[in-house]
Amino acid sequence: MTQDLSRTAAGVQFVGVSKTYPTGLTAIAQLDLDIRPGEFLTLLGPSGSGKTTALNLLAGFQSPTTGQILVDGKDIGALPPYKRDIGVVFQHYALFPHMTVRENTGYPLKQRRMPKDEIARRVDDVLRMVALEAYGDRLPRQLSGGQQQRVAVARAIVFRPRLLLMDEPLGALDRKLRESVQLELKRIHRDLGVTIVFVTHDQEEALVMSDRIAIFDQGRIRQIGTASALYDAPVSQFVAQFLGESNCLVGKVDHLPRLSRVTTAAGVFHGVTSDATPQHGTAAVVTRPERCRLFTAQSEVPEGWNQVPARIRDVVYLGALRKVVADLRDGGTFTVIFQPDQILPAAPDVLVAFPPDAARVVLADGPKNH
Amino acid sequence: MADTGPQTASSRLLKILCVLIALWLVLPLFIIVPISFSGEDSFSFPPRTWTLARYASLADPAWTSAVLNSLAVAALVAVLSAVLGTLAAFAIARSRSGVMALVRALILSPQVVPIVVFGLGLYLVFLRWNMVGTLWGFVIAHTVLAVPFVVIPVSAALQTFDRSLERASASLGAGPMATFRQVTLPIIRPAVLSGAFLAFLSSFDEVVLALFLKSPSYYTLPVQLYRRMTDTIDPTVAAVATLELCLVIAGVVIALILQSRRPSPDQS
Repeated sequence: MTQDLSRTAAGVQFVGVSKTYPTGLTAIAQLDLDIRPGEFLTLLGPSGSGKTTALNLLAGFQSPTTGQILVDGKDIGALPPYKRDIGVVFQHYALFPHMTVRENTGYPLKQRRMPKDEIARRVDDVLRMVALEAYGDRLPRQLSGGQQQRVAVARAIVFRPRLLLMDEPLGALDRKLRESVQLELKRIHRDLGVTIVFVTHDQEEALVMSDRIAIFDQGRIRQIGTASALYDAPVSQFVAQFLGESNCLVGKVDHLPRLSRVTTAAGVFHGVTSDATPQHGTAAVVTRPERCRLFTAQSEVPEGWNQVPARIRDVVYLGALRKVVADLRDGGTFTVIFQPDQILPAAPDVLVAFPPDAARVVLADGPKNH
Repeated sequence: MADTGPQTASSRLLKILCVLIALWLVLPLFIIVPISFSGEDSFSFPPRTWTLARYASLADPAWTSAVLNSLAVAALVAVLSAVLGTLAAFAIARSRSGVMALVRALILSPQVVPIVVFGLGLYLVFLRWNMVGTLWGFVIAHTVLAVPFVVIPVSAALQTFDRSLERASASLGAGPMATFRQVTLPIIRPAVLSGAFLAFLSSFDEVVLALFLKSPSYYTLPVQLYRRMTDTIDPTVAAVATLELCLVIAGVVIALILQSRRPSPDQS
């Protein structure tokens, strides 16, 4: 049955797209983005970063100030939303309150003047797929939040769009439910083979669901790539801090043969040089909490590791792991993840250390982002 | 009631006060009822003799044609106001142009301008257009007055209307007209219908414009009532009033019954 719904997926290109409001506010600046057929791409960013605007431009709810949006190589700029054949799942579901689940789900088929029995058959199929076949005659207000969300998904996929857009569709669900719906959406993505563009500000959600993640900030994509590429090799302090937890030390950069060196008030640190390392001026050394270790004495720190004195402020139990939050002398904080088999130092005054190959030297945030 | 002494006393006082005010408002209406059965040729109360003659005289074409004219005018006014008022409400609620504040003020202005002044102006214009004493003359005049009754509730409904429903409808393949018909209109329908109902009532008992626009051969029920109370003293007026009273009470009761039958949210 589910195979029945599948169809080839659409590829999308944003070419030099920008959106400026009459007030002068730039929601999106010169966006170039290539969305591959069949991929699950997440647009991740803080609110106001332009990710929802990008989605609205693609759906046709807004039109770009400059640039082109191509779906399968064809410019869709002139098409109104109702001719784009793009499924959209809205943040608050936007179910029609006066229609039953079946009527809501059958709505896009009715607009396409499909025969009644064909509509009934397809609605049955898709409601079975989202496990709502017993709820067809209910009104949206008689459903729980999770059920409403599934109706919204069913309605957006029943007409077999080749591209599915989702605008924070899990934002209104509680945490536990959200996790099961995430897996559900992954399954639907796999079964349908459809291209999904997913907007969220929740980085965990992005990590769980996406093939690729595009990180938005101030109307621009700061970095795009697989979750592991972004996590392991962030190109800026912003990306490192937005996706996952990270420790950052900002200072003046200069280059050594293989590594870069950053001189800060707290000391001198070394990290891996990449394309994203600034040639000169200010840079940030970023490292992940699970790559850091705590030591009580200078002599214990392995040769060549970066180190910085700190004082333990908090130990947070996360079940499988423990998280240590330590204050640096100059006011910054460092987070260290402890495996259960590691022993926590007894004294509050410790040395935080990390190997240079576990750190990257990247573009530091501007003062306004700090 | 487990209330303490002073609270019980004050709430009892409040109830008594409410009942007195209600009686004071409603009693004058009900005095009409016995008068309509009075054998006297005057409005004296209480009546000394009784008769049904007042109701029999309602069969007079002077009354029946007045009622039919009023119903026809009010029905057309209701439909026309519903259509025009809804369109105007959309323009007011959806347009971001500053002109719309002016449009709104203009639409609501006939309710602010003294109605005699408005009636006189209308009369002079309609005389020239030969629309005095015609069905459409009445309909147009009353619609001008009645449109705000639709514009106000419908623009309020549109203010709270979730626009993402219209986006959803568009993304699912429905054009603007299909979206309006299938999504927007069904959701704002209660506002449109209640507006249309008020428009009907406002036309049905409108007397000032009607006095300007009447002709010896074409007049509405309020005109006839007014005449029969001022030119002659005709207790038939009381019979008409009693019937109208019954209709209104029936309408309110039906509305209450319909409201209580609305499905509750947690019904499965």
